[in-house]
Amino acid sequence: MSLTKAEKTIILSMWGKISTQADAIGTQALERLFASYPQTKTYFPHFDLRPGSAHLRTHGAKVAAALGDAVRSIDNIAGALSKLSEMHAYVLRVDPVNFKLLSHCLLVTVASHFPADFTADAHTAWDKFLSIVSCVLTEKYR
Amino acid sequence: MEKQQHRLAFGTLVITSKLPDTMVHFTAEEKAAVVSLWAKVNVELVGGEVLGRLLVVYPWTQRFFDNFGNLSSESAIMGNPKVKAHGKKVLTSFGNAVKHMDDLKDTFAELSELHCDKMHVDPENFKLLGNVLVCVLAHHFGHEFNPQVQAAFQKVVAGVASALAHRYH
Repeated sequence: MSLTKAEKTIILSMWGKISTQADAIGTQALERLFASYPQTKTYFPHFDLRPGSAHLRTHGAKVAAALGDAVRSIDNIAGALSKLSEMHAYVLRVDPVNFKLLSHCLLVTVASHFPADFTADAHTAWDKFLSIVSCVLTEKYR
Repeated sequence: MEKQQHRLAFGTLVITSKLPDTMVHFTAEEKAAVVSLWAKVNVELVGGEVLGRLLVVYPWTQRFFDNFGNLSSESAIMGNPKVKAHGKKVLTSFGNAVKHMDDLKDTFAELSELHCDKMHVDPENFKLLGNVLVCVLAHHFGHEFNPQVQAAFQKVVAGVASALAHRYH
């Protein structure tokens, strides 16, 4: 599964808008993840996960930054996220099922923030993009 | 709660409580959040949007709709009258779920058998549709569809997906 030219254009142009609120988007996606899928909190026993916490905001910003890296190297996401991929494989070892959950919450966050832009084609492009990111982050697991 | 009596070996009598058969438990707050948002949903509009997006975002789901005519592009799908009509049907059924959140398995028993025996739908598709519904609600309601409201709806769509798969054999 790879992105078409049209899909890359959609992602790049939407990222232009998203990047102005990237930290907030990343943070809200995490809030949604922990609210809808409480089992995901098991990966953060050391965090204060209450909405608005500094931990959540810092981590949300990190997630958004990584997505930004992937967007800026959209033709070589594996290269851009190589270190992050290793970290997930050898250190974090987050079960692969959770990438789908966070991807869904990112999609919901983007949909709620950018109603005019979140067309069916944009929905497809983002779903594919996040799938690819998830694949890259789990490709060194075994 | 109903109580049942079971006689075990050696005449030992055990009394247990019969729990209602619900896989998903909704708090009062969750029910209120779902019911209140659902009251604002235009079932016809949102239904078409949800089914359309399912077919666009996950094109392999088109396999169940060979007789729907033109599904060749995003605009064809989103404008297709059969998609809109069927989407309305599906979402009306979801509305029934909202009215029977504590009793989803019984509410969807017949539909479950239908989806298995007549339509041969892989239950994985119920999860896909549920998540597309959540995305469309977020799209329509924006910030009102906050994390807590989303969490309540995730439970509803998971409950419906599970209820629809329950009678599969």
